[in-house]
Formats: sequence, structure tokens, C-alpha cells
Amino acid sequence: MKSENPFFDNELLKASFKESFIKLNPRILIRNPIMFTVEVCAGIMAVVCLAILIGDQSQGSFTYNFIVFLVLLLTLLFANFAESIAEARGKAQADSLRKTREETPAKLKDGRTISSSELNKGDEFICVSGDIIASDGEIIEGLATIDESAITGESAPVIREAGGDRSSVTGGTKVLSDRIIVKVTAASGESFLDKMISLVEGAKRQKTPNEIALTILLSGFTLVFIIVCVTLKPFADYSNVSISIAALISLFVCLIPTTIGGLLSAIGIAGMDRALRANVLTKSGRAVETAGDIDVLLLDKTGTITIGNRKATKFHSISNVDSIELIKAASLCSLYDETPEGKSIIELSGLGKSSFALEQSKVIKFIAETRCSGIDISSQRIRKGATDSIKSLVESAGNIFPEELKSIVEEISGNGGTPLVVSVNEKALGAVELQDIVKPGIKERFERLRKMGIKTVMVTGDNPLTAKYIANKAGVDDFIAEAKPEDKMNYIRKEQEEGKLVAMMGDGTNDAPALAQADVGVAMNSGTQAAKEAGNMVDLDNDPTKLIEVVEIGKQLLMTRGTLTTFSIANDVAKYFAIIPALFVAFIPALSPLNVMKLHSPESAILSAIIFNAILIPFLIPLALKGVTYKPIGATALLRRNIMIYGFGGLIIPFIGIKIIDLIITLFI
Amino acid sequence: MDMNSEVWGIFAMFFITILIAIPLGKYISNIFSEGPNYLDKLFAPLEGLILRISGVNYQKEMTWKENLVALLTINLVWFIIGMLILMFQGYLPLNPDGNPNMTPDLAFNTAISFVVNCNLQHYSGESGVSYLSQTGLMFLQFVSSGIGITAAILLFKAFKGKGGQKLGNFYTIFLKSCTRILMPISLLVAIILLCEGTPMTYSGKDKMINLEGDSIEVSRGPVAAFVAIKHVGTNGGGFFGANSTHPLENPSYLTNMVEMVAQFIIPVAMVFAFGFFIKKKKLSWMIFSVMTIGFLCLAIPNTIMESQGSPTIERLGLNQSGGAMEGKEVRIGAAASGFWSIVTTVISTGSINSMHDSSMPLSGMNQMLAMMINGFYGGNGVGLLNFFVYIILAVFISGLMVGRTPEFLGKKVEGREMKIAMLVALLHPFLILIGTAITVSFPSIGSDTTNDPGFHGFSEMLYEFTSASANNGSGFEGLGDNTLWWNISTGIVLLFSRFIPIIGPIAIAGLLSEKRFIPEGSGTLKTDTVSFGFMVFAVIIIIAALAFFPTLTLGPVAEYFSIKK
Repeated sequence: MKSENPFFDNELLKASFKESFIKLNPRILIRNPIMFTVEVCAGIMAVVCLAILIGDQSQGSFTYNFIVFLVLLLTLLFANFAESIAEARGKAQADSLRKTREETPAKLKDGRTISSSELNKGDEFICVSGDIIASDGEIIEGLATIDESAITGESAPVIREAGGDRSSVTGGTKVLSDRIIVKVTAASGESFLDKMISLVEGAKRQKTPNEIALTILLSGFTLVFIIVCVTLKPFADYSNVSISIAALISLFVCLIPTTIGGLLSAIGIAGMDRALRANVLTKSGRAVETAGDIDVLLLDKTGTITIGNRKATKFHSISNVDSIELIKAASLCSLYDETPEGKSIIELSGLGKSSFALEQSKVIKFIAETRCSGIDISSQRIRKGATDSIKSLVESAGNIFPEELKSIVEEISGNGGTPLVVSVNEKALGAVELQDIVKPGIKERFERLRKMGIKTVMVTGDNPLTAKYIANKAGVDDFIAEAKPEDKMNYIRKEQEEGKLVAMMGDGTNDAPALAQADVGVAMNSGTQAAKEAGNMVDLDNDPTKLIEVVEIGKQLLMTRGTLTTFSIANDVAKYFAIIPALFVAFIPALSPLNVMKLHSPESAILSAIIFNAILIPFLIPLALKGVTYKPIGATALLRRNIMIYGFGGLIIPFIGIKIIDLIITLFI
Repeated sequence: MDMNSEVWGIFAMFFITILIAIPLGKYISNIFSEGPNYLDKLFAPLEGLILRISGVNYQKEMTWKENLVALLTINLVWFIIGMLILMFQGYLPLNPDGNPNMTPDLAFNTAISFVVNCNLQHYSGESGVSYLSQTGLMFLQFVSSGIGITAAILLFKAFKGKGGQKLGNFYTIFLKSCTRILMPISLLVAIILLCEGTPMTYSGKDKMINLEGDSIEVSRGPVAAFVAIKHVGTNGGGFFGANSTHPLENPSYLTNMVEMVAQFIIPVAMVFAFGFFIKKKKLSWMIFSVMTIGFLCLAIPNTIMESQGSPTIERLGLNQSGGAMEGKEVRIGAAASGFWSIVTTVISTGSINSMHDSSMPLSGMNQMLAMMINGFYGGNGVGLLNFFVYIILAVFISGLMVGRTPEFLGKKVEGREMKIAMLVALLHPFLILIGTAITVSFPSIGSDTTNDPGFHGFSEMLYEFTSASANNGSGFEGLGDNTLWWNISTGIVLLFSRFIPIIGPIAIAGLLSEKRFIPEGSGTLKTDTVSFGFMVFAVIIIIAALAFFPTLTLGPVAEYFSIKK
């Protein structure tokens, strides 16, 4: 799924091209008030052209009027095309996800086999090795290894079992071994993916609150220009200036914010599409926008900030023990220890099974009673375990637990590590230092978040001392140590009471309340159904740092709208200087100094302005789809940067563009 | 007076205004802050008396809606009483000159125009109104200005702290605006005017022998009090027809300066009061800077253009070294007149000390632009409300540009607020352009009432609607505006353009106040920065320029290029 669609695939282009014409239907277009007024204008121009054909003399040549009509039509098609291509890209992405699950047979418990589309919520079906799971659901019986690569791109199989936090399965994934019974949790057509697909389909797409507010702003501007253009006619009549309908309509179309109006829905769809490309399913477009506003981010330590498990980093022997002796002992007692900690000791010492003579050895497994593990080999009883357990082992044999070791243990704890004390024949030799390894590059990501104005909070079961050490090392702003599920919830509530927006990621059922409470809750796909229901996004990759990407997608979405609005409105200045002199100069020659671009003739000026207006839309489609780059440089600096690029750019570019088009047009006259 | 000292005079006046405005802003902020106030001893007995007599509920903390209902109701009462007095002034006392009743349409226009702080006068004070009416109008000048200040204070309260449901009590805020702000300043100004020779009497016309030996009648009345609140309250309605060009309304260079400072002072002080009140002084400086830059962009060209004189008259061989003196008073001069013409139009005063009809074409355009924008200082209180709408629009666009749901002072700006802000922003072009379009379409109501043909006549009509819609009240003059059409049409425009821009911003502020407060973070867009100030300025220019540029092209711009050397 990680594969990217090429930016403009040929198939996509063809489909979008066709779709652009279908979308000319006024009933579809009225969803976009700005472009709808352009359609009305195109309609008026069509009538004008017809009137000229049947003999009207007052509106100038047929060719000129017809070109104006064509350019308006083109403006509409370009805008429709922008929306279509965004939709097509989103759909293509979603389809490839959906394809895997369409029409999969499901074996019901009573032996019947039905199609996945006939499954209802609450139905139970059986999967054995080799089956494709027919629908999203929860395992109610059994355990299985499952290949989820169709969804996550990760080839390593995962284990899912009934009960607990790993009971959820996704439709389209493949059972590799064993047998499970799955209960359907979402009826066909209501799964996350189905919801996501509807977010990228223009017709069903719900506008987000920010998009609605922006549409109001743009419609307001459009209304102003309706008033301006309608009243210009009587004003011109009063001044004995006759304005052709084509000129008035061109003025109107140039002034209303068609650039942003035409790209608005494409920007929204592309935002959802970018989320999908990041393998994040969202329940609503609103969630993605909210992600851009997040103030606080709660992250689990394990797997997010540190690589899963602790690792041995150093051997500390007491002064009267040779360090080699400690290393040997520690390695010996870890040889049959399959825990990650045990493996890491072998890794650190470099002494594998081949290094020792292992005849007559007896492995002592970890049990809760003794809380230590080890090996009995020849006459040696080697043990390793937590400080307390080894201490009591040593002391109960009548030996002394050395003072020096106590200070070593304290030192290790102070550094955020976990000490593992090693003893041979009930005499303590020293300790192995286990450390959480902070993920490479994570510090930089937190730094970036801080610059974005987002506070990061680490959630961990560690004691406060260790938690603080890791928090400092990773560069998070705050931490919750010895965290219980309700601590997360309380922390979220506290931040929200201060008016902050909180995002968190979780997977377990006990995360569900906090996921629901958070403004943006991202559930891992591997998590329980309860967690997925509670959150408003699902991360197919189960990647805890995914939230950072989601936040950036949200910000990009808003920024793209804002900057293109600014660009679109700034363009009006140049268009005024093109069209206003063209409107009046024939009747009021004194106004000719206003023609600052020295455009060739009134007709060429008007055509240049509307052609520029039209071709701007396809030029900006790539930007609308990719989104404006977000830089975490602080709001004021970002504003300044965007004003410089899109404000001043929007002011200057059309002067150049219109002049060039005018020069080209002049060649043909 | 030579041109140099004229310009220095203007500088001095401008800086004095700002110097007084800052402490005055602090004073205004203190008046409306919670808790007891050192001024209570002085004013509380009088205020308590008035509140008790009037029988209003002055202790209840009101929501924004309740405050608006109270505000609108009291305005309706004033309008009805005002119109009745004007229609029957002929029969009522205090009419020594025996002036007749007003016609209903003129009374309608006059009453509305004073209730809404506009003072578009389609009559002349000397012959059109009795002293009782003048006193009634003077009362309206006080209260309409008080309403503007009250509206702004309600907005302040909405953004104080973390906001809330209640914005204070309309009646007490309103009364304090009159007693503690308008009255003391007006009293001071009136005393200065009195000392310079402005009359203050209830006796009828005076008789005097002029230089030619003829006996003439001189109109007079309670002028000093009237002219004081005319400026302090940014009303602008003159006692006499000729407004502040009249020697008894504006006798000297000193009174000219005092009147200019008087109309300037409260609008500027309100900006600083906002910062003091919500404890965000930097925000005040952002607003003040944007307003001042806008103001100077209009005032400096006008002062220069008027000082340079008219190219048309120069072609006739007349010396223009004293500036364009057509329609100006010699005791005031071209530069100060040019400067005043912007002061009176950016602020919604609308009192004039020269005939704007005679200004250079682009000066006339700037005067209209000042009113079209109506937020560079603006009228008492309401100027800040207009500016607030521009801020909300700028907040929205800039908020998106930094990738965050737009917020202002910790409150999210969403669809509902945008709808109201757009409605208010739309109203102004709608009223001005539609009003003018209807008028020019029918020569009998339009061009027949103008003094001049062509572009200039067009400007006269456009100016009249602009002035009405900005609640400014100045006239381009040269327009025969006491007709049924002008009285009714501008009356309706006045009504909408006064109350919607009060209701809208207070509704936005009220809605925002009820929302959850979001503390500022490093991702939050700060509104007290240069960059944001630039955005606000751009929004203002875009809304005004984009909406009115084509229309202005057919009026002053065409005229300018036509008479250019």
C-alpha cells in the first residue's frame, strides 16, 4: 500500500476529463456557489452569442463574444477537472484497499457460505488458514497468525487472539495458521474504509467547519462583485459609456475568487487523500482539520519514544571481582533466556552458546516466587534478577550484599536504567545495566512539534525517576509516570479544561475512554474494536509517531486554503487595471493612463484577463493536491512568509501573465 | 498665514490629540472596569438619581442579546419623540424666530439622522428648526454618541479575561458614557468656544448694521453648547446651515483647531481604552498604527492637493500659490481645510469647514474613500466596531494561512461569525452602490437635483449615499437634497447602516465571548504584530478598493484625468 500513484496517471486523467463535463450539471455545481455564478455567466454569454447570430448588432462581433463564452466554459471545466482529479486519486487509493475485500466468501457457523457484502453486523463467521477475512471484526474464539501486508505493507505476520487487546481483525487480511471465529463489527458499507471512501467522493463529501466558513467568505466576496457589476451598468449609462455584456461579465468573472473557488473542493479531497496515503483512515474530514489545531500530544513511551524493550548497555562489576567473570556469568545465565533483555545481554557480551561448555547444565526459568532466572552448570549456580530478589537470595545464604553494589544500583536507576544483579553461588558479582533506547531521530521530531506549538507528553508505567530521565533524553515536555489508564483520561480532561486540544494514540480496550475523550484519537489497526470505535482515526501501520504526520496534513490543508484565497484576491488588483480602462477608455479617453500594462486594445485586454483567470486553475492544481509546505517556524513568521509568497506573488504575477497573454493575442489580430 | 505654519499647525494638532488620547483611553477604561472608582463620589449621586427616576433595571448583568434589545428600544423611543418635536415645532415653545413645522419626510430624515449620529442635514439651522428642536437635536447628539461608546464597551467586555455570558448592564454603561466622558469634554470645548465669541443664548435673531449701512438680521442661539457636542460626539450636524465654515460656529484659527481635536479625541482614545481594558496594550498599538497609516494615506495627499491649487483655475491665469481656495475660508486656509476634510470623513463627524464639492477631484475621492472604509478611527465607538469586522476577516484569512483554525483573543472564529462579519462588510457597498444606481437611473430624482453635469454630478450623488451609509453626515453639497426621494432613501440607508454595524460586531463578540477560551501557544497567530497589522490593512484596502474602484473611476478619477494639466 505504500506504493505511490504517479502524480498524473493516464487513466486518472482520462476519467477526470470525462468527469469534468459531467460536473457541469448545474445541480451538481450549485454546491460551489462561486463556480455556479460562473456557469450562469457562461449561460448569459451563450444567449448573447445566439442573439448576435440572429442579428443583434449592439454587442460586437460574434467571434469575440464566442471566445469569451469559450473561456468561461474552460474556466468551469478546469475547476471541475481539479475536483475530479483529486477525487480520482483518492478513489484509486481507496479502491486498491477495497479491492482486497470485495466479494470474499464468508463461511458462517451453520456451514453456509455467503458473500462478504451480505454480512450483517453481529454475524459470526469462521476462518481457517489460507482464508481471506471477509469483514472487519473481532475474534471471539481462537488464535491465529495473520498476514496484514495487504493493509499495512508489513510482511511479518501478526498474532491475533480472542480476548485482550489484540482481538481485532481487518477485512482483506489473510489467515496464515489456525482457526478463528470472527464476529462482524461493522455492516457492509459502514466500515472505516467505506467512510473514508465517501470522504474523497465529491458528492457525498461533508464540508468541514473551516471549509464552510471559507465558503461564506468567498460567497460574500462574490456577492460584493455582483453588486459592483450590476450597478456599474446604470453608472456607465449615466456617464454615456456603453458597456457590452461580454465586458461586464468578464469583469465579474475576473473579480470573483474563481481561483480558490475552483480549487476549494480539490484541496479538501486532496487532504483526505494525503491522510489515506499515510495509511490513516479517518472517520471525518473534521478530524484531520482538528489535528492541525492540536496543542497537546499524548504518546506511549514503549514503541513510540523508545524501541520496544530495554537493552543491556553496560556491565558493572564490584571492585574485588574481575569484570570478565561478571560478563561470563551474565552471559551464561542468559543463554536460554528468550526475553529481549536476555538476548540483549548476549548481544552486548558477544559470548554465545559456542563460547561455553554446556554439558550438565540446568536452566532455571523465571518464576514469580523467586523473581530471578539463571542456570546451574557444573557446580555453579548462576542467577540474575531484580536487586531485591538477588539481595534476599544472597542474604538468606548468610552472605553480605556489598555496599558498593548498592551504590552501583542506585547510580544505574538515577541514569534512567534498570539494574539486573548477577550472583554466582549466592555471592553478588555486580550488575548489568539495562537501558531504554530512545528511537533514533525522535528527538528531532519532538523539536519540530515544539516549534509547531505542540506540547508532547510521554505516558509510561516506569517510576517517576526513570520516566524523567527518558523524558529528558527524548526531549518531551512532560510525562505521566506509573500511568494507569485513568491517569491518561484525567490528564486529557485537565488540558481540555484549559481550552487545549489533545490528541492521543492508543490500542487497548482500556484506552477507549481516553481515545473518545481526546479531540483527536488515533487507534491502531491492531488494537481492539472498542479502541477503534472510540477514536476518530485508525492507523493501518500501527505506527505511534503517525500523529505527527496527521498534524501536518491538517495544517497543510488549512494553509493551502488560506494562501490560495489570498493569492486569488490579490490577483484582482491587476485584473482591475486590465479591465477597467478597457471598459471606459473608448468613451472617456482621459482614462487611458489607467492602462498601466499598455494592453493592445480593450478586447485584447478583456480576453487576456479572463484567459489568465482560467489557466491559473490548472497551473495551481499540483499545488492544491500536494498542499502548501508547512514549516514549523512560528505563526507570525509563517504568516509573513506566506504573505510574501502568495500575497505579493498574487499581486505581481497577474500583471506579468496578462501582459504576456496580451502580446500573444496581438499576434493573431 | 503662510503654508509652512499651516502645516506645522496641523502637525501640532495631530500630536496633541494623540498625547491626550492615551491618558483619556486609560480614563475610559477605568470608568467601565469592575469595582469602585475614584470618580464615583463625583458622578454617582447624579447617575443614581437618573437611573432611579427612569425606572430601568440598572443592576442586572445582561447578555449581549439583552443589551442589544435595550439599545434598540431606547433608540426607537428617541426617534419617535424627535420626529414629533420637529413636525410640530411651529406650535411649540422656544421658537423666537417663528420657524415653521418640518414636512414629515424631512422630519423623518432629520430625526433618524440625529438618532444614528449622522446628522445629514437637509435643512438649514437658521430657518429650518426652532430652539426647542435645536435643543432636542443636541440631546440626540449626546445620546447617539453615548450609544456608540456603549456599543464599543460591550465589545470590550466580551473580550475581557476569558469571556462569558454577561456583558454588563446597558443602562449604566450608557449613562456613564454620557456623564463621565461626553459631558465633561463638551463643557470644556463649549467654554473655549464661548471665549472666542460663539453665541450661547435662547433669544431670537440679533439686528446689526453692516458696513454698507443696511440693517441685517443675524441668527444666533445656544450655539456653543451645540457645536461642542457636535464635535466631541462625532456628530457633525451644524447649528447653522454653513456648519463650521460659519463665523459664529468656528470663529477663529484656535476654535478650528479645538474643534478638530474635539472630534478626533474620543475615537482615538477608544482604541487605547480597548487595550487598557482587556490588558493588551500592544493590540491597541497595532489597531492605532493601522488606522493612523490609513488616515495619513488619505490626509497627506489631500493637504498637498488642496495646497497646490486647481489646474483649471491656474489655466485661467489666476495665482494658485495660496492653494485651491474655491469654497474655502481664508481664516482657515487651504492646507487645514484639506486636512479637516479627511479628519471629518474618516471620523464620522461630517462637520465641514470648507465645501467638499469644491475640493480637487482626488481629494473628493479620498473623502469618499474615508467614508467607504469608515474604520480609520471612525465615529465614537462605532469606528472601532467597524474596524473589528475588518479584524475578524483578517483573522480568518491569516489564521488559515498559518494552518490553524482562526482564532481572535483566544476564541475560535467559525462559520456563524463569518456570516455576520460578511453581512456587515457587504452592507456598506450594497447601500451605497444600489442607492446611487437607483438615483442615477431616474433623472427626475437624480441628475435633476445635482448642481453640476457629468462626472462631478455623479460624485455629488455618490457622496450623498456614501455619507449616509457611513453615518457621516457631511454633504458634497451642490445637491438639492431636500426632496422626497433624498429624504426617504437616505433615511432608510441611515437606519440600516447604523444599526446593522452595531448589532453585527456585538453579536460576533457576544458569540465569541460564550466560546471556550484557548490559551495562546506558539502556533497561535498573534494579532498584535506588524504582519497581522499588514493583513488588516490589506483586507480594508481590498474590501474598499475592490468594491468601489470601478464606481470611483466614473466619478472623481475620470474628472481628475479630464482636468489634469
